[in-house]
Amino acid sequence: MALTLFDKLWREHRVCGVEDGADLLAIDRLLLHERTGGVALKSLKENGYRVRDPSRVYAIMDHIVSFRAGRSRNEARSPGGEAFITETRAMASEAGIHLIDTDHAGQGIVHVVAPEHGIVLPGFSLVCPDSHTCTLGALGALAWGIGSSEAEHVMATGVLRATKPKQMQVTIDGALPPGCTAKDIALFLIARHSASGGKRCAIEFTGSTVDALTVEGRMTLCNMAVEFAAHSAVIAPDDKVLDYVAAHAAGETLSGELTDYWRTLRTDPDARFDFQIRIDAAEIAPQISWGTSPEDSVALDQPVPDAAPSRALVYMGLQPDQPLRGLRIDGAFIGSCTNGRLSDLQHAAEILRGRTVPAHVRAVCVPGSKSVRRAAEALGIDKIFRQAGFEWGEPGCAMCFYAGGETFPPKSRVVSSTNRNFEGRQGPGVRTHITSPAVVAACAVAGEICAPIDLPARQRVDA
Amino acid sequence: MLKPLLRHTGIAAILMRDNVDTDQIIPSREMKRVSRDGLADGLFAGWRYTAPGSRVPNPDFVLNRPENHAASILVGGENFGCGSSREHAVWALKEYGFRVVIAKSFGEIFHGNCIRNGILPIALPAKQVERLAMAPAPVKLQVDLEQQTLISSQDPDRFISFEIGAFAKRLLIDGLDPIALTMTQQDQIEAFFSDDAARRPWVYSAG
Repeated sequence: MALTLFDKLWREHRVCGVEDGADLLAIDRLLLHERTGGVALKSLKENGYRVRDPSRVYAIMDHIVSFRAGRSRNEARSPGGEAFITETRAMASEAGIHLIDTDHAGQGIVHVVAPEHGIVLPGFSLVCPDSHTCTLGALGALAWGIGSSEAEHVMATGVLRATKPKQMQVTIDGALPPGCTAKDIALFLIARHSASGGKRCAIEFTGSTVDALTVEGRMTLCNMAVEFAAHSAVIAPDDKVLDYVAAHAAGETLSGELTDYWRTLRTDPDARFDFQIRIDAAEIAPQISWGTSPEDSVALDQPVPDAAPSRALVYMGLQPDQPLRGLRIDGAFIGSCTNGRLSDLQHAAEILRGRTVPAHVRAVCVPGSKSVRRAAEALGIDKIFRQAGFEWGEPGCAMCFYAGGETFPPKSRVVSSTNRNFEGRQGPGVRTHITSPAVVAACAVAGEICAPIDLPARQRVDA
Repeated sequence: MLKPLLRHTGIAAILMRDNVDTDQIIPSREMKRVSRDGLADGLFAGWRYTAPGSRVPNPDFVLNRPENHAASILVGGENFGCGSSREHAVWALKEYGFRVVIAKSFGEIFHGNCIRNGILPIALPAKQVERLAMAPAPVKLQVDLEQQTLISSQDPDRFISFEIGAFAKRLLIDGLDPIALTMTQQDQIEAFFSDDAARRPWVYSAG
């Protein structure tokens, strides 16, 4: 029988079927962060269970850690947040699991760190109590977000009790128009088919456009699958992925047998999906959100839709049919598990070089991990950001979501390379427009919403 | 052990919006401790109170209306509980007193979290949800999980049936601990891992 890639990954990890049509699935790696993982460790202990295999479990500090340059070890970005860091650290040490602490050279956002350090490899099953775990399907892994109770279940038993989801193939073919990125594909898909369009399916992204994306671009695309109400997303590993893994999985010797196996991780030609979506890449233009759900996104040169719901418009301070281009902004943020990798920073730096952010805009860049930060600094990218007037922060989730503490003021308009434009996501009353890093950079220097091509030619910069 | 849920009768609060995300259900700023408890106060904090950090009720918010003070059923729109995986959203709903959430569709992780915490998530076709929502308040619903039916006090002759996965149903009705349940199959699990270590040694050597 012809199988999808997802079928193969599921079969590979299926311990046995259990009653009620569910399966027990072996979990190769469990990632925890201090926000939702700490409570899972605590509950595990309170219930008298122990971690079955600590070598498979990683605690990584990212959500609440301060992004202030020169932060101290326990410094949180929200009042009372220190407890999440210190308690998670203590419980992780006690349980004997891996710990990538705030002062670890590899610290960063879990979904940025995991591929960088070979914690996730093609064909692995990996879960984390974090919705953006679907990011890691970009390497051909079976990766999805779970709740804290399920994380506790994985720690105690090594397996998850799961019902196989339906499957959807999203095929994107053709060359992306200039200025378009994986982020634009994701926002275009969600805007066209709605934020519930993924129907809780395991999605496989295929097509020539997906093949042409870099591995980091694929991570961005898979990352946004949860905003599409997908169970997970996966992309078949190709040579680009194998090269990426060889470069990042330090200490791993990638045997020919292993890479041969990884090449079998693809959907058979006649395999069937429950749902199919096709997109012509030529239709995609650079996207930006106008409302309070990722589905409220349009091409940058389009106005707010006529029929936009009033609740979102009131929150965003917008009118139907109002152009987005030219709206004055107050803030800009570049970072997150969606767009906080080196290539994202490079795209933004290309726009920022020789330009500066006007005084009315607070602009912040927080690299997704310390490895990204170091690599960017080695290329002089930090200088470009700083000279443009951006803050250059210490890695973590940072301003992607508000957790209390300092942020942009209420009613401020912020362009952001993140994944969610929900009400209050970046702070009470903050009006978030999600878009790609290059567009965030362009808006930041223009002081208003615009596309990179709208920017006046930069002045010559003396070396 | 979870409190078993076989039948439930209660007042339904109607929050007829699509894409109600877990950041709205429990804003991150309301997650103050490494704990499953102490979250009810922060439930829907951004909508329920007049200002961030305030505890002054916003009289317009559905849960603050007098007829909904005892609500134990929440009715929502499309993609309810989308967004962050934070189980805190479900812990907050539970601590507040909700036992059933009805919506046109659910965020996947939120749906799983409900089942793990003794809250019954019921997905119904859009028209049925809208019909429930349009009835004059207070709407009292009788939910029978065993029969997979519900009846509205406003529409007493009309049984609405709903689908629920067999495992979810059993977990809710029996209040089972999934970890204890899985551990009854420990031998099979250990046998799998032992074979798997030979088959995929790189999974076992890394880390």
